[in-house]
Amino acid sequence: MREEEIFDKVKGILLSKVAVAPDAVTPEARLKEDLEVDSLDMVEMAMALEDEFSIKVPDDAIAVIQTVADVVEFVRDSLSVMD
Amino acid sequence: MTRRVAVTGVGPLASLGTGRQGFWEALLEGRSGIGEITSFDASAYPCRIAGEVRDFEPTDYMERREAQRMDRFCRFAVAAARLAWEDAGLGPAPDAAACGVEPGRAAVVVGSGIGGISTFEEQYRVLLERGASRVSPHVVPMLIPNMAAGWIAILWGFRGPNLSTVTACAAGTHALGIAYRLIAGGQADLCIAGGAEASITPLALAGFCSMRALSLNNRDPAGASRPFDSRRDGFVMAEGAGLLVLEAAELAESRGARVYAELAGFGMSADAYHVTAPDPEAEGAASCMREALRDAGLRPEDVDYINAHGTSTPLNDRAETAAIRKVFDGHAGRLAVSSTKSMTGHLLGAAGGIEAIASALALYHGTAPPTINLEEPDPQCDLDYVPQRARPLDMRAALSNSFGFGGHNACLALKAWGKP
Repeated sequence: MREEEIFDKVKGILLSKVAVAPDAVTPEARLKEDLEVDSLDMVEMAMALEDEFSIKVPDDAIAVIQTVADVVEFVRDSLSVMD
Repeated sequence: MTRRVAVTGVGPLASLGTGRQGFWEALLEGRSGIGEITSFDASAYPCRIAGEVRDFEPTDYMERREAQRMDRFCRFAVAAARLAWEDAGLGPAPDAAACGVEPGRAAVVVGSGIGGISTFEEQYRVLLERGASRVSPHVVPMLIPNMAAGWIAILWGFRGPNLSTVTACAAGTHALGIAYRLIAGGQADLCIAGGAEASITPLALAGFCSMRALSLNNRDPAGASRPFDSRRDGFVMAEGAGLLVLEAAELAESRGARVYAELAGFGMSADAYHVTAPDPEAEGAASCMREALRDAGLRPEDVDYINAHGTSTPLNDRAETAAIRKVFDGHAGRLAVSSTKSMTGHLLGAAGGIEAIASALALYHGTAPPTINLEEPDPQCDLDYVPQRARPLDMRAALSNSFGFGGHNACLALKAWGKP
């Protein structure tokens, strides 16, 4: 899956599950500070990522994710492991 | 310390009307807010009618991301709080600074009978169908009934006393009574208080149907809630919220606020009799009215109007009539008693909030709202229930009754503002 495609899907999850403003979702955006994603939202996002990409998102992975780009990278790495 | 408590803002949100003006006009006109259930397919239920709040758009009152983290009852509460806040002349936005009260002295007390039951039902389905790992992390904060008070404090920045009352159909009245005590006793200067409910859901409707508590008058929704009428056959569920802004009288006066009424007394008691049926001797209901009168320094003959609990169930309306006769004796026949549930349906934990609003506006406008659908009174219900039409009435004081499953009884006493 191409990185742009992953980004679009991650953005879609942030819009639907966390209701962030569409313009705010850039690769550099920090989840906590810029998008006001709290700890409960992080869990909800992780569940949605698992469903969307059929991957596992363990709690220790969530703990180190800071930006939208980190999410995309995590998904990309998880998918490549499965290939 | 005992201070007078003023009602300065009202936020009704119900199928009958949203906002003070629309709600009061509907009460005066004797309209019904009851219709067929549309939020889910109720065709297999014996009862298929309710007072649903339709066309409710949460984002008119809050951010989408906030609404997404709230159950429907909580959205109703936040919306009603904003309506009350604006009605109190405190501006359109939630803001503690607008009232000139220290945040630590601004309180919130919001009751709910059932809380976030639609969230509960939805997420229980997720649990069964998709497993524990897919249950939303928001489920617990969304379903707990205290979250309406929690959210209002977060949005308004109120850091004073904050709690919820959970006493079934008396929850809104208990919330207002506690709020009144907080202000009268000097623990808070201003309080947003009342009740919120959103339990027209498949499980709750089924439960109330199984109890045989609801009217089955599906063919005539507007005529289904008929308190004190001989053909009444149960209550009609409704949803919404009724929140009020209460403040210390000196604060209201210093900022030149319009005052609808004084919240002057609060009585509480328990039936200690049965989980759902009222005590036919009605001693619990009577003693909470007596206590509200005593607390307000009122004699029975000072009261001109009672907003009855008046659910339209065969048992409640008789027991409540008996209780009023016990307390008011010879004066009972001179009282105007009405059940606005005839129009709103039964908002359960929000009923006390909505009915305190109706009572405060009745005092303010000098008009008793009617009991609609009262065509042939039950011979055992022999008071003046203001049948069918609103009535101009010079009122000095009013009571608002609420009785909840569990035998929880609560009564508020309100006085006309500016009358001796």
